Amino acid sequence: MKEKRDFGSKMLTVIFAVISVVYLIPIFEVLINSFKANSYVNTETFALPNSESFVGWANYIKGMTFGNYPFLKSVFFSLFITVVSTALILLCTSMAAWYIVRVNDLFSKIMYYLCIFSMIVPFQMVMFTLSSTADMLKLNTPWTIPIVYLGFGAGLAVFMFTGFIKSIPLEIEEAAAIDGCGAISTYFKVVFPMMKSILISVGVLEVMWIWNDYLLPYLVLDRTKYMTIPIHVQYLKGSYGTVDLGATMAVIMISIIPVIIVYLFCQKYIIKGVAAGAVKG
Amino acid sequence: MKKKKNKASAASVNGRLVSKPIQRCFPIFMLPTFIAFCIGFVWPFVQGIYLSLCKFTTPKNATFVGVANYLTALQDSGFRYSFGYTTIFAIVSILSINVLAFIVAYFLTQNIKGANIFRTVFFMPNLIGGIVLGYIWSMIFDGILQRYGTFLLAETKYGFWGLVILMCWQQVGYMMIIYIAGLQSIPEDMMEAAKIDGATKMQTLFKITIPNVMSSITICVFLTLTNSFKLFDQNLALTGGMPVKFGEGGSMVNTTEMLALNIYSTFYTGANSRGIAQAKAVLFFVLVAILALAQLKFTREKEVQQ
Repeated sequence: MKEKRDFGSKMLTVIFAVISVVYLIPIFEVLINSFKANSYVNTETFALPNSESFVGWANYIKGMTFGNYPFLKSVFFSLFITVVSTALILLCTSMAAWYIVRVNDLFSKIMYYLCIFSMIVPFQMVMFTLSSTADMLKLNTPWTIPIVYLGFGAGLAVFMFTGFIKSIPLEIEEAAAIDGCGAISTYFKVVFPMMKSILISVGVLEVMWIWNDYLLPYLVLDRTKYMTIPIHVQYLKGSYGTVDLGATMAVIMISIIPVIIVYLFCQKYIIKGVAAGAVKG
Repeated sequence: MKKKKNKASAASVNGRLVSKPIQRCFPIFMLPTFIAFCIGFVWPFVQGIYLSLCKFTTPKNATFVGVANYLTALQDSGFRYSFGYTTIFAIVSILSINVLAFIVAYFLTQNIKGANIFRTVFFMPNLIGGIVLGYIWSMIFDGILQRYGTFLLAETKYGFWGLVILMCWQQVGYMMIIYIAGLQSIPEDMMEAAKIDGATKMQTLFKITIPNVMSSITICVFLTLTNSFKLFDQNLALTGGMPVKFGEGGSMVNTTEMLALNIYSTFYTGANSRGIAQAKAVLFFVLVAILALAQLKFTREKEVQQ
């Protein structure tokens, strides 16, 4: 009986190993095509680069300046917007969530239900008015767009933080208050450190959203001056005359390699964050 | 069923010592989020509702026209088509993603070697953004289809099944994580009891495993449903709505265009139909909200009472 099960589980391992390799083919395809000359990408998509089609790093070099906009600039803006927006969301919404749970007055309740409500509103509903409002308030630069992200992304974050804070026993904060700790120092010295796990979970969800977001920055940012990676890729592939597929694949490769490296190092947190976010949702 | 409310209000009575100082710090704790939330959500939402009843090119030159925009939107053949197309796509992708994700999660929790590595691989496509995904797959589909002398944008069915495959590739890993969490939370003794009672593997699966992960199924169906209806980036990058079909009377329908993309192109391809686009957006919001609530209520009823 035991022998048989071992055989079955070994078979499963083999089957899943094969499926996993097949699963990674699309990424592998991008890699090999990023080393081919443009004209070969379409005709010999699945062939490995040969002496005729191989162009070395030419696509990568071209990809850096291709489309009259330096790709590294887009990478920088993507990175800046993602880091600053996520930091801002984590700090501000966790404080707001603490206020909502502990004060719990009419204002808090209204705010809480509005946040839940905002989670089911699709972006298309507000995209035109949001971009015109952001334009009017001069929030259309990478330096100010984090405020827009804080506003539109507040719903999920507040919802997850309130759920967590409700489970923190009040006695700890009471003890801090009796010891003469003010609200701000109670928050930063007592509450904030206890929220480490949920901060990571929300942070992971926000980073994954903002890093890959296309439409919001596309509509809000002044596109002649600022691009992010998704906007840049769309711009290269969009309806702008001849498309250089080889260079586009090189650009795609540059944009996904750092993400995969970060993922391999932090996958424990990422997977935990996703599971936590989904269970709450 | 809902006892949370009592608990919360009791806490607020006991916690006056804590709550008063926080309330005094309103400008620090609440104000930043509140202001940003008003700019980023509340005001655009309210203005959006108002503008759906107006004719406008910018919010400043809006003139009130009543429900005319809604009537035009409902008669728009492109909008109607994209509604049907999105619905069919949603059904197909909900079924395929959830079945695949459940199967993968089920086997990966059977104590097999290398489960962690497989989990890592299956989840990876989630880290890639929709636009990039669309272009990766359009290259692959074009590479396959050119062997048969055709290409991705030649026929509607290529675009449809292409998008289904793309979405499966991306989302199976995500849903798998949720199913794994659900499967791991089933109490050991329940499984043991079934084994002692002589239940077959199939009986255990349908009588114990599935009822116990019903909450995970609710979450995943809900997520895939709203994801499919809100899908935009992948749709734009993979086909962009192509190919176009010409109807009688010169009407044009983008045959792989989903609701979100239809609203987007109504907004930004010409400035004259923005009122109609905003009306479509409101209808879209109502639809997504109804689906989300109805689906949640429906599957919650089926959950195991604990």
